[in-house]
Amino acid sequence: MKADEPTKVIQVLDDRAAQVWTKGSGEAFVCDRKSTAGSVTQRACAFCGSRVVLYPIADALHIVHGPIGCAVYNWDIRGSLSSGSQLHRNSFSTDLAEKEVIFGGEKKLEASLLELIEYYKPKAAFVYSTCIVGLIGDDVQAICRKVSKKTNIDCIPVDSPGFKGTKKTGYQAACEAAYKLVGTGDTSGISKYSINLMGEFNIGGEAWMIREYYERIGIEVVATITGDGRVDDLRRCHGAALNLVQCSGSMTHLAQLLEEEHGIPLKRVSFFGFEDTAQALYTAAEHFGDPELMCKAEELVRDEIAKYTPKIKAYRKELKGKKAALYVGGAFKAFSLVLALRALGMKTVLAGTQTGNAEDYKQLQDICDPGTVIVDDSNPLELAKFVLEKEVDLFIGGVKERPIAFKLGVAFCDHNHERKIPLAGFEGMLHFADEVAKSVLSPIWKFAPRHELRALKINTQIADTESP
Amino acid sequence: MLEGTTAEIRERKALRVNPAKTCQPIGAMYASLGIHKCMPHSHGSQGCCAYHRSHLTRHHKEPIVATTSSFTEGASVFGGLANLKTALENIFTIYEPDIVSVHTTCLSEVIGDDIPTIVKKSEEAGIIPEGKMVIHANTPSFVGSHVTGFSVQCAAFVNYLAESNGAKKNVINIFPGWVEPADMRELKRIAELLGVEYILAPDTSDVLDSALDGEYKMYPDGGTTVSQLKAMGDSLATLALGPMASALAAEKLTKKCKVDHSILELPIGISATDAFVNALRIAGDVTVPRELEKERGRLVDMVSDMSQYLHRKKVAIFGDPDHLTPMIKFLVEVGMQPAVVVTGTKGKKWAQNIREICSEANPEVEVVPFSDIHYLHQWIKANPVDLLMGNTYGKYVAKSENLPFVRFGFPILDRVGHRAFPLLGYAGGLRLIEKITDAFFDKRDREDPDHEIELVL
Repeated sequence: MKADEPTKVIQVLDDRAAQVWTKGSGEAFVCDRKSTAGSVTQRACAFCGSRVVLYPIADALHIVHGPIGCAVYNWDIRGSLSSGSQLHRNSFSTDLAEKEVIFGGEKKLEASLLELIEYYKPKAAFVYSTCIVGLIGDDVQAICRKVSKKTNIDCIPVDSPGFKGTKKTGYQAACEAAYKLVGTGDTSGISKYSINLMGEFNIGGEAWMIREYYERIGIEVVATITGDGRVDDLRRCHGAALNLVQCSGSMTHLAQLLEEEHGIPLKRVSFFGFEDTAQALYTAAEHFGDPELMCKAEELVRDEIAKYTPKIKAYRKELKGKKAALYVGGAFKAFSLVLALRALGMKTVLAGTQTGNAEDYKQLQDICDPGTVIVDDSNPLELAKFVLEKEVDLFIGGVKERPIAFKLGVAFCDHNHERKIPLAGFEGMLHFADEVAKSVLSPIWKFAPRHELRALKINTQIADTESP
Repeated sequence: MLEGTTAEIRERKALRVNPAKTCQPIGAMYASLGIHKCMPHSHGSQGCCAYHRSHLTRHHKEPIVATTSSFTEGASVFGGLANLKTALENIFTIYEPDIVSVHTTCLSEVIGDDIPTIVKKSEEAGIIPEGKMVIHANTPSFVGSHVTGFSVQCAAFVNYLAESNGAKKNVINIFPGWVEPADMRELKRIAELLGVEYILAPDTSDVLDSALDGEYKMYPDGGTTVSQLKAMGDSLATLALGPMASALAAEKLTKKCKVDHSILELPIGISATDAFVNALRIAGDVTVPRELEKERGRLVDMVSDMSQYLHRKKVAIFGDPDHLTPMIKFLVEVGMQPAVVVTGTKGKKWAQNIREICSEANPEVEVVPFSDIHYLHQWIKANPVDLLMGNTYGKYVAKSENLPFVRFGFPILDRVGHRAFPLLGYAGGLRLIEKITDAFFDKRDREDPDHEIELVL
């Protein structure tokens, strides 16, 4: 039984045992730990976190102060769409060399900033510090101040050396940087029913869809942060009456700053799946307490659900009973996925995230079915082990997990920020169902040895029972 | 996205806009993946390792396994000794590789971690199991490019592993340079056709183009084995393909084990493949089989069939130096005209060589090492060309200037052909001619007015 062998060999790193938890096991679950050195972690660094959060601010210049690699690996790989400027999709790097490592890179940074600002005339500039800048001690802040003064363009340092931590640490630095712009714009004319959509990155145009929902029910969206982001929107976003925070990991800090210093309340929402999207609309309507808003919200939800339900039902018929495993960046995404898969008649048997905290995992444990395995900061061997053990039909994850799933003969759906298909909102649910179906129902899996073996087993059993 | 690019080329003192290279460690990681049961290990922050794995995954569409020392602020102040020791302990216990290939990053280089000392201490502490080993390469990201990282890693294989036992064997070493798994497969096929016994190192075929077999193998079947790497010291001769990626390792091997080497261009196109086949023939003391001569004949035949469509077409091209040299030679061989040649890697001598290759076809050729795609784009705007060739990042320039575009090099993030079909050898030449003419003809078929559309091309 060759196909069974790998599951026997694969073990979990001893150090990580408490970061893997089965619902119903009664054991304690540990998360939010640093990755063990030497593990094949799927996690990235603080720089990566900062870069992805600020990336969609399309009319800003994003310059990576560091060696060339840091600027290359995240060059235009995100699915965040911009309705105007595409400046953010270019890659700008100071390309630090040995000379600067010894004598400092401040001069090079200053010259680069001046040249780029003159050429592209951006609305603002973000300067990302990488590991090496943290070590050689360039005074990025001073350079930014100097260039800002010279050019009259805000140059904002992002304190994101990779070694500072995981992406989560970088999110914090990004929020601090973005906050430098907040409060510098004119807020006149903003409606009393107004919101900021935070942690919405406009993957495949999702922010446009969601913005339209709110506008339809009479709520003004001041800024989407940072999807289809604009510097001027950030400047005046403190004029909004409510912050709706979607990607909990990335934006909570900025939302808290806005709450503490500008008195704007924040509410956590999700726009993935019918229930979550409807709830997100109701949350805002309820907050403003105007019955007309709620009335319109209910009407919108009714209309949209009626529009998409029949089509989704058709998918549900085909997908019912299939088993899914998911491994995503943030916990909030995991919650929504569990629910959305359930809506498609599918069962989540493995759920994991890179950056969840204790509170997140508590919530995840609550919504999952008994027997679901929950993992924190996993690695390919562990993921492969559970996918095989649990006989998973679909894996949901990011770029590094895709080929692993395929090697195992398991379907895959990209739920990362590299996709350009909108999965949010009511319409998004239809795209999601379609994406899942396209992979799960592909006839190619019939040729995957696992399924050939399973078919063989069933045939043998039938033959066994039929033979006298 | 490139709407801001102007035709006027502005003076730039200090920066890269849309780079045509990336950093050293990813080259080291790719080379190490071509060793059987080898765990590449990135001694630095988690992000480096995650980025390299993702980037290689996007290109190869394969799982890429590598470990990291997961540096934190503490390690950055006090050095990465503890991190690397813990890492090695974990790697050998859990992932059980035969060999761990450590490469440094900018972080560990600036801190000044001395890898051999750390490895020695780990050995003394009993962390490295009997019969297993740890090798290392210094690949600071602020020096060289991904190509030099690959080269330094290949040299490390020789430094650590090659041994000579005195008696030379009738075996030829081949350093393939940074090419695709499919290209490595093609090199082996050619050597086998000639009947030459060889050791190819590294060899990513059957590692990064493995079959869907329903299992996840952390170490797929392919890759040069450690014992093969050791045996390279007893081979008769070495062929180093691509001076930038392979010369260093070949030279080290000559010095260490007295194995003669020749440095050749990557076998792309007619004459570069001829040179490779001829070098193999001489080194292995064999004759070229009729089958290979026929392959060559089929390539020459296809070029002659298509020559009218290729003649004097102006080409803008960017990529890595080792790929560009034979590729440009091939373009000249088939009658095309290299107009502008850009690489992100440094190379004054290389540039001079390219100018010589183009001296008859286009004496005015613009050759720019240590540059970027933004420069290439500005140049094209002022000097229109007929074809663009380069990695995936060229697609924006192609779109903006409405140019036929042929992808080659690293990375290719948006097509699948490079995974299956070689660019090397005569077979690779056939594929290149197909790709180039397809690009021309597809554009014509799409854009020609109805009355001008030609059925027969």
